[in-house]
Formats: sequence, C-alpha cells, structure tokens
Amino acid sequence: MENKKDKIIELIDLTREFEDGLVAVDGINLYVRKGEFVTFLGPSGCGKTTTLRMIAGFDKPTSGKILLNGKDISDLPPNKRPINTVFQRYALFPHLNVYDNIAFGLKLKKVNTPCQDKNGNGFEKKVKLSKSEIAAKVDKALKMVDLEGFEKRSVSTLSGGQQQRVAIARALVNEPEILLLDEPLGALDLKMRKDMQLELKEMHKKLGITFIYVTHDQEEALTMSDTIVVMKDGVIQQIGTPTDIYNEPKNSFVADFIGESNIFSGTYLGNKKVKFIDKTFDCVDDFEPNEKVDVVVRPEDVEIVDADNGTAKGKIINSIFKGIHYEMTMKVGKTEVVIQDTVEKKVGETVGIVVKPDNIHIMKKEFSSNIYDGYITKKNTVCFGDGEFECDITQLYPGSSVDEEGYLITADGEKIDLTDTDVKVEVGLKDIEISDDQDKGGAVGNIVSILYKGDHYQLIVRTDENEEDFVFDTEDTWNVNDRVGVIIPKDKIKLTLAVENEKDERR
Amino acid sequence: MKKFLSFLYIALILAFIYIPIIILVVYSFNKGKTIGIWEGFSLKWYEKLTDIKNVLFNTITLAVVSSLIATVLGTLGAIGIFYNKKKTGKFIKGLSQIPIVNSEVVTACALVLLFIIFRLPHRHIVWLYIGHIILTTPFVVLSVMPKLKQMDGSLYEAALDLGATPTQALFKVVLPEIMPGVFSGFMLAITLSLDDYIVTATLSPLDFDTVSTAVYKAIALTTETASQRVPTYRALTTIIFLLTVAIVVIINVKPNKRRKANENR
Amino acid sequence: MKDVNAVEKKNAASRRRFGFSRQSLCIPYGVFLLFFVLFPLLLVAYYAFTSADGTFTFANFADFFADKTKVSTLLISIIVCILVTALCLVIAYPVAYILAKMKKSVAFIFLMLFITPMWINFVLRAMAMKELLSLIGIPLGNFANIIGLVYDFLPFMVLPLYSTLIKMDKSLAEAAADLGAGKVKVFTSITLPLSMPGVISGAMMVFLPVMSCYVITDTFSGATGFSVVGKLISWCFLGENGTLSNINGGATIALVLLVIMFLTMWLTGGFKDEDGARGTNL
Repeated sequence: MENKKDKIIELIDLTREFEDGLVAVDGINLYVRKGEFVTFLGPSGCGKTTTLRMIAGFDKPTSGKILLNGKDISDLPPNKRPINTVFQRYALFPHLNVYDNIAFGLKLKKVNTPCQDKNGNGFEKKVKLSKSEIAAKVDKALKMVDLEGFEKRSVSTLSGGQQQRVAIARALVNEPEILLLDEPLGALDLKMRKDMQLELKEMHKKLGITFIYVTHDQEEALTMSDTIVVMKDGVIQQIGTPTDIYNEPKNSFVADFIGESNIFSGTYLGNKKVKFIDKTFDCVDDFEPNEKVDVVVRPEDVEIVDADNGTAKGKIINSIFKGIHYEMTMKVGKTEVVIQDTVEKKVGETVGIVVKPDNIHIMKKEFSSNIYDGYITKKNTVCFGDGEFECDITQLYPGSSVDEEGYLITADGEKIDLTDTDVKVEVGLKDIEISDDQDKGGAVGNIVSILYKGDHYQLIVRTDENEEDFVFDTEDTWNVNDRVGVIIPKDKIKLTLAVENEKDERR
Repeated sequence: MKKFLSFLYIALILAFIYIPIIILVVYSFNKGKTIGIWEGFSLKWYEKLTDIKNVLFNTITLAVVSSLIATVLGTLGAIGIFYNKKKTGKFIKGLSQIPIVNSEVVTACALVLLFIIFRLPHRHIVWLYIGHIILTTPFVVLSVMPKLKQMDGSLYEAALDLGATPTQALFKVVLPEIMPGVFSGFMLAITLSLDDYIVTATLSPLDFDTVSTAVYKAIALTTETASQRVPTYRALTTIIFLLTVAIVVIINVKPNKRRKANENR
Repeated sequence: MKDVNAVEKKNAASRRRFGFSRQSLCIPYGVFLLFFVLFPLLLVAYYAFTSADGTFTFANFADFFADKTKVSTLLISIIVCILVTALCLVIAYPVAYILAKMKKSVAFIFLMLFITPMWINFVLRAMAMKELLSLIGIPLGNFANIIGLVYDFLPFMVLPLYSTLIKMDKSLAEAAADLGAGKVKVFTSITLPLSMPGVISGAMMVFLPVMSCYVITDTFSGATGFSVVGKLISWCFLGENGTLSNINGGATIALVLLVIMFLTMWLTGGFKDEDGARGTNL
C-alpha cells in the first residue's frame, strides 16, 4: 500500500497561517493515491477549503510542501498545475456561453507537437489546439454531462443543476490529473444533490482520475468517498474508509460529527468490561483498568428488549417518526440514551436495552482535567489561562500559613515571598462554572465547542489572547459563541510548584 | 383624486424644468434675435453654428480625450483598490473621494498653486487636461467599484485554474465582467467634462474656449460681441437636447426589448 | 536556529507571489492623486499661512475676517446653500416619493424625463432660464438667483432620493400599517427616517457645489444680486482679465471653504455615491 509510485499528491507538514494570525491549516500530513476519491470532511472553518485552495494554488502554504508525483509544486502558480477545480458556486463566466466556458481552458492550452524544419530535422513546438480539435473535445465533454445542444445557451439561463454540469465539464475537458471539488453540490436542492452524487461517483469510476472533494455533509462523504479525511481546527482527526470512520471513530469529535451517536462518560473496569450509565457492559477494547473513558454507541446499535432482560432499563420520554425509523429518547437514571428502531415504543413505557460488545466503541478521554502553567501575583492570586484567579497558596507548602503582610510562613517558620513563582495549575472538569456576566470570574472567553454526553454537556471555552482552553462539564444549556466569564472556586484550584524544564501539557 | 394630484404635481415640476428649454428650442428657429417676438421661421442660427465650430471642437476633444485617459486610469485604479485589502487601498480610495467632495474652485486653484511652485505657466492646455482628469477619474472609480463587488470572486481564480496567466485572466474574465461599469464610468466622465466651467475657466489658455466658457461670456459678462452669439447658442441647445433625447430613447428601448423577451420565455 | 528558519520561510511565503499582482494596478492612480490632488491641497494650506514673500503669517485670515464684503459673502453663501438645498429637497422629495410608488416601467419613463436635462450643459440651461425670466419679466437679482440655482440643481436631488426610496423594503411600511400606524405616521416613522441616506446624499449633491457655483450667480444676480464664495476665490486667482492677482488671499478663502466642506461632510456622516447619485448606475 505504501508504494511511493502510487502517491499522486502528498502534503508534508502543510501549514497556512493568515495575516491575522489565524492558523487555518496546522501542519497536516497526507497522501492521496492515483485514482482515489478522497473527501475532506469537517465543520466550517476546519481548514478543509484552505487545504484544497493550496492544492489548487490559490493559497500559498506558510510552510510545508505539496508534492505532485514526487515534485514540489508549492511555488507553481495555479495556471501551471495539471489540476482543475469545480468551484462552490460554479464560477462560470457570465459573459461567455456554455461552449466558450468549456473551451476557455482549451483555447489557452499549448501542446507539444512534433514538427520538422526545412532540413527535415524533427523538433518539438508548442502549438495551440486547432478549432476543430477544441470543438471535438467540447462536444465530448458536453456529452459526458448530458448537455448536448446547450452550446450556444447563455450560462445565466441554465438551472443550478445544469450550471453544475457545465462547471464539471469545464474542468474535466482539460484532462487534469486531479479534479478538485469544493462543496460543489452545496447550492443544489436535496433531490438534485442525491442524483449528482451518484453521477459524480459514476464519472469518477469511468474517468479514473483522482477526485479530491470537500464537504461538510457527512452523508455525502460516506456515500461517495474511497477515503475520508476528517478535519477540525486545521488538524486531521482521522483518515480512513467510510466504514472505518463510521464504525471506529477515533475520538468523540469524529463520533459526534459522523452520524448520530450517544457519547457517555464511563470507566473501563478491566477484563473487557466497561461501566457507563451506571451499568456494566461487555466490550471488545482493551484499556488500563479503572481508566476514565468516553463510550460511543450509535443509536441504531441500541436494541430494545423487555424491561427485565436488558442490561439497563429506563422510560421512553420522547419519540419522533423519521420516515424509515423512530428516534426515541430514553432516560436511564439521569442520562438520556437516543435509540433508533423501526418499532415504536410509546412515550412513558419502560423498556430494557442491550448493546452488542462490538458496537460499544471506547476511546481515551480527551480531557480528564485542565492543566496550565501559571504564576503567583503580588496579591497572592494566581495568573493562568489568560486570567487571574483567587487561590489558596498555602497548599504549595504543607502546613504553611500566610501572615498579614502576605508572606507565606512555612511549617518550619520560614518566610517566603511567592510573587512571580511559577506554578502548575490543575482544575478538574467539574470545577469550572461559567456566567453570562463576563466581569464575574477570572477569565473571559467564547464557547467554541459543545459536546452532549448523555446526561451533561462538555464545553470548551477559549480565551482571545493566548487561546487558552477551559474544558468542563455542565448540565446547563449554552450556545456556541456565547461570551462568558469563567469562574473557578478558590478551593478547586490545585497548585503545585512548577518543576523546571517541564513541558506544557494540558491534556 | 390622489392619483390625479400626484400626476399634476409631477407635470408641474416637469413644466418648470422643460418650459425654458422648449422656449429656447422654438425660438432657435426664429428669424429675429429676441425671444418673445416671432419674426418668421429660419434656419439661419443653425448655419451660424459654423462660427463656433472651434469652440465645439475644443469641447468635444477635451471631453473625449480626458475621459479616455480617466477611464483607463480609473479602471486600473478601481481594480487595484479592490484587490488591495490593506491600508494602501483604503488610502487611495479616500484620496479619490477628495475631488468629488471638494468644490471645483478649490481643486482648480490648488492646481494653479502647484504650477506656480514649479514655476510653470499657469494657463496651459496640458493643465486643462489634467484638471479634467482629476475631476472625472473618481467617478469612473465609483462606477467600476460596484461591478467589481458584484463579480463572483472565484471567477478570477477559475480563469487561473483553467490555465490563464494573471494578465490573461484580467483581460479575458475580469475586464469583460466589469465592462458595463467601465462604460458608464466613461459616459459619466464625458458628461462631467462637457459640463465643467470652473476648472476650464481657471486653467485653459486665454484664447481657448469651450461651450461652457463661451456661453458664460455671452450671458454673464454680456460683452457686445459675445451677446451676438446668444441665438446661435439656442440652436446649439436644441441640437444637444434632441441628441440627448435620442440617445436616452435608444439606450432604453433596447434593454426593454431584451427584458421582455426574457419574461416571455 | 530553527526559529530563524521558520520566520524566513514565512516571509518568503508572503513575498512569493505569482509575478504580476492585481494590487499594483492602483499605483498609477495613487501617484496621480498624491501629486495632483493631495500635494496641491497642502500647498493651499501653505499659501494661506504665508505672506507674498513667503514668511509665516496669520495676516491673510485677519484680512479676510476684517473685510466686511468678504465675510458677508461667506455668510450669504452658507444661507443660500441651505435655502437652495431645502427648496430642492422640498420639491424633489414628493417627486421621488410619487415615482417610487408608481409602476416601475412608468416610473422609469418619468425618471428619464427628470434626468435628461442633466445632459445639457449647465451654462446653456442657465441661459434658457435667464431668457425665460426676461420673457415673463422677472428682473435679475436675488430672487432670480435662487430660481436659477434651484433650476440647475433640482435634477441632482431627485435621483438619490428615488434610488433610496425604491430600494426600501415595502413590507416595512406594510408592517407599520399592520401594527396600526396611520398613513402620516407610516411616513414620518418609517419612510422618512429610512430615506435619510438618500436625503443626505442628495443634499450633498446640491449643498457642496452651490457654494462655488458662481456661474449661476454671475448670470442671474445682475447689478444687485448676491454672489457666492467661489467667486471670491476665483477673483483672487483670476482677477479681471485672467491673470493672477492675490494668490495668498485666494488660498486663505479656499482653506476656509475647504474647512466648511469637511465640517459638513463630518456632520452628515460622509459622502456616499453608491446610491447612484449623479447617474452612476444608469
């Protein structure tokens, strides 16, 4: 599989930082094999489009390399790359008709043609394509996208689907080695989108060229791709086949983003047993005994049984008909479990559930506590995470106390000035609160992520200045992008003296 | 009733605007010189237009040449400003507003100071052209800018993607896209240049007259020789008026037809 | 060492562009503006604060404000500007409002009727009005002056007003009516406030040029009528027969006018011609 010849394009440590300091793509490494259908999938702002633009040549990487067939093309302008793009809103030239749009690239192209000079010596000359050659190619392209007879039509009179086809024909007629598609179906309605998905897939099979596709629609990615690259915050989260990604998500972000899922906090008990929603389930993964873990279960993998035969039981509190199945919410203790089943259970009914061991996906908890580097101020507060918090400094030296002047008196009676002392700060996931009142609390930031974990939400609040993250669990409902103040009770801030040369680690 | 009042009001204002012009048009065919005394039909004032052919030639050359330069300068400027997201773009855009906001007197006199400080003769045909370009280019920028904003930003990239060099992309895609704006900018520049009096009066050589300055001499200074020409200017007004009406009709009938054709499809 | 490399790479990345850049297209225009617009304006300030032999002085200003005729011309100019702008607004607003309520195709014809005279040279238009006034026996003077100014500037007011009114979301007025507002209330609380951008840009189209438009006042004032500031400046620069007379004095008045212009601009929140004032969008 790792055959070097197979790799048509390779991204090495590719990074793009914008002028305003935003790192859109953060050192990604990736290769694409010849003829593959690869999809970059992720929420908006995850860097997928920027990556595509760098491959096309519209954006320059800040650092890193893009290899095409083993050669670095990072400095090659887009017009010199054997790569063509289908743009998000098609970008058809409004002043040209269908024929001239498709012929645009061909008219500019010069091909090496063998010639003979007066003496009969052969040499190669760059020659433009003849009119008839262009016409033949355009004809073929139009046939491929089922638009014969549309040559003279103005592009503004075409429907969205037809414009889409012209855009595809315009790119493919140049016979690129790679076709880039930037959310090409985003502007179409659902029905049209489904048809085009199949058609694109068909085209890919027939032409055998490499497709790199960008979308935020996970269903689209799962249907069409050979390989999916899931991205978030400019970093690749997981690369794999659609089946892999769906069945074995690497972390709770991927699990949450691809398909629907129940994400629970659990504990690995050892011996292929895991405990979540207060019950013990059999599983197939191996972890350290007593390790805190995230457990992902797909709603369709939850099977309903009689109340007494289930591993867990609870009351159905909600049921919605979704066309082919019912989506029901069941309450087990304080935790909500989402179930999809073709048989409806009435709201209020008590049922049991079982989950097959290989349908329980266990992943390492991403966050178990927040750890920051901080320092003690003159006022004996501690600065970390772009904020300043009250704390109990006596915990740094067992048995110590603080005198009236603010000096620390150790158990041995030694007097220490702690100002500017570097400390390591640890705050548990349950010990952070947030408030709409930004002046409350020691730091201010925006909510950047909300993950539902069955009975609570896991939120990440990020500060502006140094982009410090506060990760914590809450039962309250918040919205992404809310601006909040971060409150940490004095006694929940755990301080230890920083050991020199220890690296900053937060996770 | 309300509708009637509305129409009456519009008709009144239109009368206020058109009656002076129509009187001028009518009396341009009068044998005599004075308005109000009809002495019989004649085309003699139209024949006398040949007396001011110099003035007409000056006016039209000045307008066309300065507008052409302004259009090139302004179109390039607008493209540059639009793609220059940084401070330079904003700065040039701001500078470009000055001649629009500033009164023409100040613009013209400031230019005179420029020539004084470099010890150049302050009345010269070149300065006149520069003055008109200063006056009209900002309006070209203003009419090209919206077209650039409306243009799909990925068109330029699409052209590059299909193998065009940046220069080819500019000429084959960007320019055709903004052409309506460029054209209306050019037309606007021409009308502004034709209409200008102050800059011309301040910067032109003393023996150089455009329609504006010549008519000004006739009606404001009312010198003997200049006043003689007033009936000829009536004939000129008539021709300009009829020409304008014709152009307005032609320009507006065509797109109407096309619009209708679109609706019928 | 590693860091230095990274920084260098970053700089190189931002430097390496594809040869020709679109941004550089604004250089000729930028240089042109710097040399022929900005620099001359700085010269105006320089001359305003220096005497004929080049020494720094406030005397020019003292002279200006001590001269009764000059100061009164300035004040009269401002009053006339306000009056003419108000008259144009009062006449043009109903026109624009009625046109905006019409069927679009009909409104377009009327709009064209209002705009067409704008393409006739404004001195010729002034001549037409002057001849009409003499025909119906209105003497030259202040009254004729005002009529002449309104006549020449009225079309400039109609267009920006119409384009803001037509762009206005009709459902806003309907919503207000739905919520119980009467016709007058709808106009005063919805239509008028929302059309303010058009009012401002129309007012700017009239107010600013009138200050300097001495051609009209020269034509209509006769022996008794008022003149405008523009005349004073032009007088200093052109004198009787087109020769320079008092450039320092002229620069001073120009600077005063410039300050008034920018104050107006600042008070009205800037100038935008994107509403198609002056026929940009036709």
